[in-house]
Amino acid sequence: MANWEHFHHEADIGVRGRGSSPAAAFEGAALALTAVITDPAGIRSETEVEITCEAPSLDVLLVDWLNGLIYEMTTRSMLFGGFAVQIDELRLTGKAMGEPVDRERHQPAVEPKGATFTELRVERDTEGQWVAQCVVDV
Amino acid sequence: MDITRLKQVSENEWQLAATGKMRVPVVFYADRALLEGMDEKVRDQATNVATLPGIVKASYVMPDGHWGYGFPIGGVAGFDADQGGVVSAGGVGFDISCGVRCLTTGLTVSDVEPVKEKLADALFANVPAGVGSTGRIHLDDAEMTAMLRGGARWAVERGWGSAEDLERIEEHGSMEGAEPQHVSQKARHRQRDEMGTLGSGNHYLEVQRVAEVFDSQIAYQLSIAEGDVVVSIHCGSRGLGHQIGTEYLREMAVAAAKHGIDLPDRELACAPLRSEVGRRYLGAMRAGINCALANRQIITHLTREVFSDIVPRAELPLLYDVSHNTCKEEEHVVDGKRRRLFIHRKGATRAFGPGHPELPDQLRDIGQPVLIGGSMGTESWILIGTEEGMARSFGSACHGAGRRMSRHRAKKQWRGSKLIKNLAHRGIIVRSVSMRGVAEEAPGAYKDVRAVVDAADRAGLARRVARLEPMACIKG
Repeated sequence: MANWEHFHHEADIGVRGRGSSPAAAFEGAALALTAVITDPAGIRSETEVEITCEAPSLDVLLVDWLNGLIYEMTTRSMLFGGFAVQIDELRLTGKAMGEPVDRERHQPAVEPKGATFTELRVERDTEGQWVAQCVVDV
Repeated sequence: MDITRLKQVSENEWQLAATGKMRVPVVFYADRALLEGMDEKVRDQATNVATLPGIVKASYVMPDGHWGYGFPIGGVAGFDADQGGVVSAGGVGFDISCGVRCLTTGLTVSDVEPVKEKLADALFANVPAGVGSTGRIHLDDAEMTAMLRGGARWAVERGWGSAEDLERIEEHGSMEGAEPQHVSQKARHRQRDEMGTLGSGNHYLEVQRVAEVFDSQIAYQLSIAEGDVVVSIHCGSRGLGHQIGTEYLREMAVAAAKHGIDLPDRELACAPLRSEVGRRYLGAMRAGINCALANRQIITHLTREVFSDIVPRAELPLLYDVSHNTCKEEEHVVDGKRRRLFIHRKGATRAFGPGHPELPDQLRDIGQPVLIGGSMGTESWILIGTEEGMARSFGSACHGAGRRMSRHRAKKQWRGSKLIKNLAHRGIIVRSVSMRGVAEEAPGAYKDVRAVVDAADRAGLARRVARLEPMACIKG
């Protein structure tokens, strides 16, 4: 089961996911990204969007995954509250479940502009859990 | 920030000598209190910038310097292409050419007070703002290309504004050297429905009163006086700029080693100015600048429509339009020699002094207006560029207050609806689609802009002209 949190950055905001695998940690980071905008629990899973990306390393793959989500959110005017990620070598196939932005109900606070390489890490912590994190520009 | 390793040059100038891999020193323009209030990461990031190839003179930090990504926000650095200089996608950032423009109205506070609420409602209805908003203008691929090449000039040619506006915009409203062919289909797609939209976060449209004038002669030449009403617009290149930043940052970060560049932080992603990717990025980034200029021009038109409906005698000429996140090729005198440099300003404002050939005739004698945005409950400022600043910081000054509290903490500390009520008691009307957004942008979440402006003034980067207070604020 993936979980997420935000971490401090002076001007912007850090997103962090944790899980038993890199894929689970990526799902958590995606939830943290959504939580920058609105409460993920308030998003209905009406539509599924597929995102694929490939990168030279696992951490760049995280940046690509989050930027892929930002692109789909802005061009479809959607919010995503559920994610399913598969990582095979350095190729990611992900599904994002969500609905169109409802400004009254979602009260979206801010739109992420892009995932950055700042504080970017995908690694195991001391307890063996995978952590996937970076700062998002808002 | 621990300042023990810094050498104090004057009350508002501090220097960190070049050591290790640093090619130049770091110069901070700030007073002791501002400097001590900065995060340690500001020094680390400015030091990293000082290691980049071809950097000239110093890595500068403006008085509003704060922890960014790659470059500090409030970071300024010039690079020489002849000396292996670089262009950095991280040094420009995601919101390419995010900036502020200010319009005068010819109205006074007593003219606007009775219709303030009506104006706020109409501006909120007419200017798309916030997450999920789309503009009225939808561009096909050919028009998108024309916009990316022409900037505000394109917008004026389509009827959104007048030729006089162009003289009051950096680059006369149209950034030369834009190469739309280097802007991806994804970036174009992201912008298709976003022309003429404010965006979210710290972007705003404000009706403001001139609360205080510090230099009446310059204020007169800028057509403002105490008690006048102006409109300020803060926004950038929207999805297109964000996508250009995203794509080139990744490309440069991954390819840096190929160019023999040892990046101390991958977010500093850069490429030699004379490399293929460097040239491509410059062309795309300049197209991004044009997108921001066109966007602010369209929002200006929408604002004028609202004023002409509600106060028909109002005219809203442009006072000036400044950009914050750019890399521009400029001529500067360095140690007595004229050199062409690529000046990165990341969260910093160009602040050219009097006599600069880039300035329009009406402003050439006084210098470039420098517009400093505050928060929705505090104040904004108009400054003017100085001769001194040209030598001190490649003609650059601060850009705003900077956050002192994270969004997360602000959200926990304030409630949007209560803030709006409190501000209304103080005569400030706020309109926003998101109460959470308002809470995250609470005036208390920002540093004191006045301390930043005072330091910029005392350091000689730009001189204070007028202080503006909000009357009505449209938040994204």
